[in-house]
Amino acid sequence: MQRRVVFNNRILPYFLLLPQLIITTIFFFWPASQAIYQSVLRQDPFGLRTTFVYLDNFRDVLSDPLYIESFQVTIVFSISVTLFVMTLALLFAVMADRQIRGAQTYKTLLLWPYALAPAIAAVLWVFIFHPSIGIIGKSLNAGGLHWDYKLDGGQALLLIVVASSWKQIAHNFLFFLAGLQSVPIAVVEAAMIDGASAWKLFRTILFPLISPTTFYLLTINLVFAFFDTFGVIHALTGGGPGRSTTTLMYKVYMDGYVNLNLGISAAQSVILMLIVSALVWIQFRYVEGKVHYS
Amino acid sequence: MIAKQLRNLPAHLILAVAVVVFAFPVYLAVIGSTWDAGTIGRGQMPLTPGPDGIENYTNALTSARGGRIIGYPVQVLLWNSLLMAVAIAVGKIIISILSAYAVAFFRFPLRMFFFGMIFLTLMLPIEVRIAPTYKVMSDLGLINTFAGLTIPLMASATGTLLFRQFFLTIPDEYVEAAKLDGAGPLRFFWSIALPLSRTNIAALFVILFIYGWNQYLWPLLITTSRGMETIVIGIVKMMGTGEAQTDWNLIMASTVLALLPPVLVVVLMQQWFVKGLVQTEK
Repeated sequence: MQRRVVFNNRILPYFLLLPQLIITTIFFFWPASQAIYQSVLRQDPFGLRTTFVYLDNFRDVLSDPLYIESFQVTIVFSISVTLFVMTLALLFAVMADRQIRGAQTYKTLLLWPYALAPAIAAVLWVFIFHPSIGIIGKSLNAGGLHWDYKLDGGQALLLIVVASSWKQIAHNFLFFLAGLQSVPIAVVEAAMIDGASAWKLFRTILFPLISPTTFYLLTINLVFAFFDTFGVIHALTGGGPGRSTTTLMYKVYMDGYVNLNLGISAAQSVILMLIVSALVWIQFRYVEGKVHYS
Repeated sequence: MIAKQLRNLPAHLILAVAVVVFAFPVYLAVIGSTWDAGTIGRGQMPLTPGPDGIENYTNALTSARGGRIIGYPVQVLLWNSLLMAVAIAVGKIIISILSAYAVAFFRFPLRMFFFGMIFLTLMLPIEVRIAPTYKVMSDLGLINTFAGLTIPLMASATGTLLFRQFFLTIPDEYVEAAKLDGAGPLRFFWSIALPLSRTNIAALFVILFIYGWNQYLWPLLITTSRGMETIVIGIVKMMGTGEAQTDWNLIMASTVLALLPPVLVVVLMQQWFVKGLVQTEK
């Protein structure tokens, strides 16, 4: 899209673009190209010689059982978070969309967790589920359930799902509510006059009409679960116990920053880039221009 | 009327439960911040406020030292987070409004190429390129500097897209009138485009402030001295592996202090926040 009337100036636009282009080049394109470059190189253990190894790093990464394991963890984690968040957010949005008293107050009271850092969400939930001092954690143990997220991988995964979802529901709630409120009131009233039940109204009219929002949130939540939950995992489990909460993102951090295995980490980064690019592409391809808010 | 009230009862119940479940972790943190470490460590913390609140908050703010924890004064960490959040928000708004103005109001060679370059940054969150970005930072000597902490996070397309979208809605007649009156592009930017963007700037500021305040991985990598740390990093370090016998009272007091500013921003500026969220992600 382009304006019809523009200013005629040959040099000024470049100056206006310059700050953003400089920052983007130095902190985005340079490191991103470095990641691609390093992903086809390998250093000897002393960092003295670097050799070009074609796609060996990718082959090593993809055939590494630990990587496959973290892939599985990521899939289980992301799908759990996405399902959990979207189901609850949609339920709350449908309830708040009704003509009920105090709808605005509910909205405010459900919105604020968006403001929390994922790592802060983790700290708050540790305080609740700590096996000996947390109010729920210690009750579970008193009930004979052997709750200790530091020893049990399944429990650790459950806890990071809960902490991550708790923070993300507010975001989805807002978008679902906006989607529902954009459905023309006449459509809803017509269905009511025809005697449709609340469930039927939702299933046959509201849900199909907000499907662009649903699809958009699906990709947003996957990206959130892939990357933004790093703080939750780092603060809460450190990827453990064992590797039961080591997601792809956490593994990139461990291999690249902690273990300094640059080639392997770069190859993992490139794989992640491809996954994200695919998600963003799908989103633009199918959602752009079809979603209406306000 | 009563029938309607009854029909809405399930909705009220579900929403009320949701509100309570959402608030419960924060309520518990507030309670935890008013007891002594011993009571919490023995697992005997009641669900009502204790007597040590003032002491805990004073300690957290000024020294953050307890029986087990040697922290860094939370007031310094809060200040770091505030500076970082404001710098990222303001910096990003300035560079993106300028580039959006260039893309929307001028026609020049390579316009779409540059726009595409900016657009590409949407594809890759900073997380996926940490190792190489870290290398670039250390080559430039930006590790543990305020510039290193903030400038790389300003490179993003969301602001540019938002402002470009808005600039395209400014009527052509405005530009023609400005040209007739002899106003150049900079004058038009300053007197027309910028004032018209006020609400967009406010909405974007709220979103970016929260984005900046809540950064985690980047400050974790870039800050190496404790005096540079943000509040979120500082609290996670205080918690460590989360032993029962640590100073949970201090951790919880710091947590409450850390979540208060962004929550207040969202609640008090709710309209701008909602506008910003829906627009930047659209």
